[in-house]
Amino acid sequence: MRRAPSHSYPGLNLGEDHASAHKSSEVVTFGFWVFLMSDLVYFGLMFAIYITMIDAQAGGPGPHELFDLKSIFAQTLILLTSSLTVGLAMLALKYNLPRARIVLWFGVTLVLGISFLVLEIRDFMAMAEQGGIPQRSGFLSAFYGLVPLHGLHVAAGCLWLIVLGIQLRVMGMTDLVISRVMRLALFWHFLDLIWIGIITIVYFGGLTYG
Amino acid sequence: MDKRTEMHRRERRRYVIGYGGSLLLTLAVFAIAYYFGIETKGVYLTIGLLGLAQLIVQLVYFLHIDRRRSSREDLDLVLFSTMVLLIIILGTVWILGNLAIRMHMHVM
Repeated sequence: MRRAPSHSYPGLNLGEDHASAHKSSEVVTFGFWVFLMSDLVYFGLMFAIYITMIDAQAGGPGPHELFDLKSIFAQTLILLTSSLTVGLAMLALKYNLPRARIVLWFGVTLVLGISFLVLEIRDFMAMAEQGGIPQRSGFLSAFYGLVPLHGLHVAAGCLWLIVLGIQLRVMGMTDLVISRVMRLALFWHFLDLIWIGIITIVYFGGLTYG
Repeated sequence: MDKRTEMHRRERRRYVIGYGGSLLLTLAVFAIAYYFGIETKGVYLTIGLLGLAQLIVQLVYFLHIDRRRSSREDLDLVLFSTMVLLIIILGTVWILGNLAIRMHMHVM
């Protein structure tokens, strides 16, 4: 098996067009992976708490009353598509396509991210109307500790996208901005991975065992 | 120039394959939930395995994690974190599940 040269890293690698940006982002990209993995452990803890709390409904509303699978399905498709568009934006950047293409794909990603959040908040409001509020039961506390945490990450990603859009406009395609955009793409893909865990464990697991 | 266009096309195809695969797995999961209901453990096991498959598809096609391209330290980091994660989750579920049984709470 051929060993990769030590200067490549998991995630999309910038090619020869951005050799200096690639070199300068080696260390920070590794650092960002360390952050992502610690974030993963945090999410893992919240998943563990949720699993142990599935039965602790204290007579309150449970998964069957509260979860709306149609909305979850829509959110899943939206987030998955945004993971593709962020990848296409990265490729447009990597291969020096016209800036309009880069802006287009990042714009689509932002719109999808915001629509995901809108649907999610609507779900939470519908749950609250049926008495599904965090202080009702251990199950609901665990739910609200985990799913909105993911939503908060998506909101942070949207904000980050807007800030980088401004930086791209003001500072242009400097090495610094390109390397930041790369980390945003990693973050966005990572959030989709967490979401797969959420639909499998929180929603389907809740409906099976709750 | 030609070589670059070719490379671009190849990399774009990776993303599209990853998206298509994930989409297919997502549709399968929701179709199973819709047609079979989400009551039995067998159905849930299938859903869980499809979710795991989708995780792997996205890790490979979106995050480009594989043994050929990643340098050793990065892969070590990912694998070590996964190990910590499994210890945390399985340990918590084991200990608290065991406690619940001993306290005669009907859990699991």
